[in-house]
Amino acid sequence: MMARYMFLMFDSEDWYDDVDEQGMADEMRLHHDFMEAVRAAGASVVGGEALERPSTASTVRRGDDGAPMVTDGPFADTKEALGGFYVIEAADLDVALRLAAICPAGTVEVRPVLDIGDDDPVTP
Amino acid sequence: MPEAALQRAYRTAWPVVVATTARVTRDLDLAEDCTQDAFVRALGAWADGVPANPTGWLTTTARRIALDRLRRETALRRRLPLLVEPVVGKGAAQEAGQEAPTEPADPLRLVFTCCHPALARESQVALTLRPLCGVDTAAIAAVLLTGEAGVAARITRAKRKIASARIPFRIPAEDELPARLDAVLTVVHLLYTAGHVGSGPGLTSADLTGRAFGLARMLVRLLPGEPEPRALLGLLLLTEARAGARTDGGGELVLLDDQDRSGWDRRMIAEGLTLATAALRAGPDTGHGRFALQAAVAGLHVVATSPERTDRALIVTMYDALMGVAPSPVVALNRAAARSRVPGSDLGAVLADLDALADDPALARYPYLPAARADLLRRLGRTVEAVAAYDAALALTTNPVERRFLAGRRATVHGG
Repeated sequence: MMARYMFLMFDSEDWYDDVDEQGMADEMRLHHDFMEAVRAAGASVVGGEALERPSTASTVRRGDDGAPMVTDGPFADTKEALGGFYVIEAADLDVALRLAAICPAGTVEVRPVLDIGDDDPVTP
Repeated sequence: MPEAALQRAYRTAWPVVVATTARVTRDLDLAEDCTQDAFVRALGAWADGVPANPTGWLTTTARRIALDRLRRETALRRRLPLLVEPVVGKGAAQEAGQEAPTEPADPLRLVFTCCHPALARESQVALTLRPLCGVDTAAIAAVLLTGEAGVAARITRAKRKIASARIPFRIPAEDELPARLDAVLTVVHLLYTAGHVGSGPGLTSADLTGRAFGLARMLVRLLPGEPEPRALLGLLLLTEARAGARTDGGGELVLLDDQDRSGWDRRMIAEGLTLATAALRAGPDTGHGRFALQAAVAGLHVVATSPERTDRALIVTMYDALMGVAPSPVVALNRAAARSRVPGSDLGAVLADLDALADDPALARYPYLPAARADLLRRLGRTVEAVAAYDAALALTTNPVERRFLAGRRATVHGG
């Protein structure tokens, strides 16, 4: 039985400013290697995306009156912001943490995906 | 005496019973409940005679209770599963539920689960004490310097994380073992230290030090190829051997150099030295482990026939090596204190080293830093500063015996 983990990848926004074409290609290769390593560990990548820079985010919250309120920028305005994610299927946390250690990102938060007792992921 | 046998079993057999039951229940909470129930049943059942093998009796009983409950509760609640790996070749007998499975490594698996690096150190300590050793939450609260409700909440959260993040019930692979083992040994050492310098009226809490010894002995037994568990057990023995001499007849603290060496426990020293020596000899190519080096320091203190004959220079060398393998502000502090004991050492230079540590946030609430400063200032004759340092140390010290010692020293300096 496997479990699902979300890898939330955090990096500084500077990366987006400084990256050139070569840097982008290198980054893609790193992620390609990472996905190879995931498969080699008997785990699998079941999802994932890279995100646009944090300053492109819009945040919608409920105000006190229940009405939606839109603000410019990410929810958590921190130096290192969410830059992408993977959903990885692995046997246990030890496997997931070993993979997180080689995941190409400054900081990786590993969160178990809530098991809602359904074999299929939620589909629209 | 069934009560005495039961108390002894409670201290020594709990980890075996709970870990073996966890393999059946795959749920730490349920394993803990069933273990508790087995001890309650023993209270009545052992009145007519203590079984030849109390641990075996308790394990079998806890397991029966667990199988019974599992049959009744299957549909009743959603359990938090513990990720248990099957024991090769034992599946059939276990499934049939006939005899108590004896898997000696189960307590070891459980200690690695409880001390997993993905859990905060406080959670590791709380889990090691509660589900693994059966210590009550009030005693754990005293160790963690927090409230009982906080401890209970912390244990619940940690158990939930073990289940939902799938922290496995497993002995780590060879390549991970040294790092994972270090976390376990650190927790055991912390339990011992918390017991050794209790915050109660006396200086030590025998229950905590007893648990620490039980765990250390278990690790030595189950990981015979590893030098560091042996080194830790040696360190604990060499420290505990002096426990009786740490206070005088009136309950006042006596420093190592002033202790009556005839009051040290020779049997513990002999065993401690054997273990420490074996651990130092087995030191890996990468150098000695940090517990081997700490045991060496403790050993150098106890083999000397008098304070003057203590090999102070070699102790400093051991601390230098310790700074190489496991640098920490506490080790730096101990090394400075050791240097100040080398005959003819430059106390001013040592003081400068201590002052450099003052900004370290890790030592901000550590009473032994101002205490060490106070002692140096006293020896340098800088009385005004010494008094201020004793005050700083007193403000951070909770143990009453240590407080009386510091207050006494302060009065001597102040009056002189």
